[in-house]
Amino acid sequence: MSFVFLIFLPLLAALFVPLLFKKVGKIHTGWFVLIVPVVLFSYYVSLLPTTIHGGNLVSEFQWIPSLDIAFIAYIDGLSLLFTLLITGIGALVVLYSIFYLDKHREQLHNFYVYLLMFMTAMLGIVQSDHLITLYLFWELTSISSFLLIGYWYTRDRSRFGALKSMMITVFGGLMMLGGFVLLSIMGGTYSIRELIPQATELVSHDFFLWALVLVLFGAFTKSAQFPFYIWLPDAMEAPTPVSAYLHSATMVKAGLYLVARLTPIFAISGTWMWLVTGVGLFTMFWGSFFALKQKDLKGILAFSTVSQLGLIMSLLGTSAAGYHIDNIAETTFKYAGFAAIFHLINHAVFKGSLFMIAGIVDHETGTRDIRKLGGLMSLMPISFTVAVIGAFSMAGLPPFGGFLSKEMFLTAMLSLTEFDLFSMDVWGILFPVVAWLGSIFTFIYSFYFVFHTFAGEHKPDQLPKPAHEAPIGMLVSPVFLALLVVVIFFIPNLIGDWLVKPAVLAMQPFLYSSPEDIKVHVEAWHGFKLEFFMTLGIFAIGFLMFWTLRKWQKSYDLFPDAISLNALYDNMMFLSDTGANRFSRIYMTGFIRSYLVYMFSFVVFIVLGTLFLTDAFAINFTNLAPIGFYEVVILIALVGSTFTILFSKSRLTGIIALGAVGYSVALFFVIFRAPDLALTQLVIETISVALFLLAFYHLPQISRKEERMRFRFGNALVAIGVGTTMTLVALSSLSQKAMPSISEFYKETVYKEAGGGNIVNVILVDYRGFDTLFEIAVLGIAGIGIITMIKLRLTKKEDQHENK
Amino acid sequence: MRTNDVMLQTATKVVTFIILMFAVHIFFAGHYTPGGGFVGGLLTTSAIVLLMLSFDIATVKKILPINYVTMTAIGLLLALATAAGAIIFDVPFFTHAFGYFDLPLFGKTSLHSAMLFDAGVYLVVVGVTMTIIQTIGEDE
Repeated sequence: MSFVFLIFLPLLAALFVPLLFKKVGKIHTGWFVLIVPVVLFSYYVSLLPTTIHGGNLVSEFQWIPSLDIAFIAYIDGLSLLFTLLITGIGALVVLYSIFYLDKHREQLHNFYVYLLMFMTAMLGIVQSDHLITLYLFWELTSISSFLLIGYWYTRDRSRFGALKSMMITVFGGLMMLGGFVLLSIMGGTYSIRELIPQATELVSHDFFLWALVLVLFGAFTKSAQFPFYIWLPDAMEAPTPVSAYLHSATMVKAGLYLVARLTPIFAISGTWMWLVTGVGLFTMFWGSFFALKQKDLKGILAFSTVSQLGLIMSLLGTSAAGYHIDNIAETTFKYAGFAAIFHLINHAVFKGSLFMIAGIVDHETGTRDIRKLGGLMSLMPISFTVAVIGAFSMAGLPPFGGFLSKEMFLTAMLSLTEFDLFSMDVWGILFPVVAWLGSIFTFIYSFYFVFHTFAGEHKPDQLPKPAHEAPIGMLVSPVFLALLVVVIFFIPNLIGDWLVKPAVLAMQPFLYSSPEDIKVHVEAWHGFKLEFFMTLGIFAIGFLMFWTLRKWQKSYDLFPDAISLNALYDNMMFLSDTGANRFSRIYMTGFIRSYLVYMFSFVVFIVLGTLFLTDAFAINFTNLAPIGFYEVVILIALVGSTFTILFSKSRLTGIIALGAVGYSVALFFVIFRAPDLALTQLVIETISVALFLLAFYHLPQISRKEERMRFRFGNALVAIGVGTTMTLVALSSLSQKAMPSISEFYKETVYKEAGGGNIVNVILVDYRGFDTLFEIAVLGIAGIGIITMIKLRLTKKEDQHENK
Repeated sequence: MRTNDVMLQTATKVVTFIILMFAVHIFFAGHYTPGGGFVGGLLTTSAIVLLMLSFDIATVKKILPINYVTMTAIGLLLALATAAGAIIFDVPFFTHAFGYFDLPLFGKTSLHSAMLFDAGVYLVVVGVTMTIIQTIGEDE
């Protein structure tokens, strides 16, 4: 089966959503949408038996064969894992959204179209083998997430958050495109599968480091790594189902996917390992530290996502160490890749449920401000249970899935100290320390999230709505996810064999030949090792600090907002927006003569410069036609009327003289046997003179005194420059006969190939039909422009409003 | 302030038709002798402009109740459709076809798909120039 087309199934379904919303208003549109991820999920599950043993599937169809661009869906352990996350969590999120979004008040047709568009984009990213189509889908996620974040577009914060996320992720995406192009130049192919075997040759290439860094820009911006994470907290303005889906389970993981997918190509370089591990670990600490500053439930979760993404990123980086150590199976490094993928699954599950709980709390109490919440435990018992399970998994407590992957994370970080490449023995100790500190803060904010919301004192007077438990339908998805969290703890090795190991194989194909070679067995109890005592330390210190949270939380206010990364972003936006506006006001004077001066000086500069640089300047008078009586007469008329324009006192004289210039030129065309041009020129002159006369009454009186001497001198200089340039170009083009004249070609082919007799017209409609097509399009645009300028002109009042 | 230009108006009534006929001739002749959609369009426009100058815009609007913006759009679509039509016959975009046919009345005539494209150009040129002149002329 050509499953590549399944990528586009959500997009296809999206076409029907507006119709369903308008026509079948009684049933919530989400029910129809739900079918899509469910069908996809069940189909992709059926592919599992292939990947469990390390197999893969390829399906492709051509898109632009002449540029070697094709949609190639490549399914192996890694892409199937992500595909299942996208469709599985997608189904749960859609189910949740059915109860979260009101069908009467919300613009559901927009919402689900964006969501389905996003689903296609995500499936495309994780299944594409072709780098260019991968990039295409990558940017499609940026665009669809922009639309989703800005879904409540009447709110300022939504629009701000949407723009911010798009600016940052699209910036990263463009960088990544550069990296992809470099990769394809080095390897001679856009296919990831074909690039991987070349890794050992690629690493010595000059472009390799550039490609590596550029690709990482893409991955880091998308996965909200330091310092690009700032868009993620603002993206929380999106409706909660979107946050649960995009900003925890799927889109932000695209960066992780990219790093995992390209690990076989780049991991051979030490820089990759340094960068990915270092940035990831720092992000983990930074995110967890600032999560405690947040007052908004979704804000806490956003920072926690940043931190967790950093954690997975650092593990992916550590897994690259496998390329620098012989006999990986003997060392503790073998855990890193496994832990990364395992934690990725865990995170998608528990963070999805936590976001849904945050949404429920918001939905049922009307606020997400953690200072107003409290004591909801008895009012919302099911939500509380789910929240506890999710948060404890996040904090790394048994018996929840997160505990297992957190232990492996510590093991992997500890093993970095034993790594002696790049003199890590000096700095290596930093890695486990930062990881440990980050874990402590993770523990605290997990508790902060649950207990400051559900425990403590209930403050009904501060809540906009009286709190009560959510309807059953809204609880189904989070409860299911919470169950999964527990299930994962008890059957980690089943998950490991089915999902994690095939994915690790795709990530480290040099190390293993089949998933069975990966000898990792997950155990909840792994003896009195150092990581066990580290965990105990996390629990003890974390609990102590959580207990005293209220005393020291205020110290966060000491961090000034003015020198934060957000302020940097705001300033940059201000500069590019207002700054550019101010800058353009300097040169946009509103006088057409200023613009003409810019244009003409530019033309003179470029054309004259090129003429001299390429030594194209030559004058040869030998082959010129003799000058006859008529030419002289017309020339005198031409020059005479030109000077009349220069010195005319009234506009009317000027216009008529201008017409005379045009007619003289037309006469030249007649003499030199170009009837076509002469005809066109004559008609154009007639019409433009008429146009001038139409506009005549609106033009201000001509005034010759408004310009000072200095400007006149400048204008004269530009005018002389343009004149000289044109003369030189004309003379040179006549004198330089490097190639035979093209007119012979037209004379020969115009009848044979185009069935016409008039060369000019055949060129216009046939040989250069594209030119003409776009020219008339430009004409049309000019017409529309004039209508908008004159008919739809803003009144004074509106104008002020516009500039505010 | 409108003077009574009897001479101009009387002449215009005759001349306009001559120009229009000439425009049609020029347009159709375009593929073999000087002319084509662009010049034909401009000539048509100049005929209408002449009408506008000797009478006034409101009168001309009454005589020729044409929405020039729509005309532009139709022209663009016609040009684009001619170019895209090639795809149906599985040849590259913008491939023109031509042939000779024996038509009643006309005798042996060459028909060329470029003519359709040129007609698009003609419509756009008339549409846009008239849009511009009309909007500027009507502006207070």
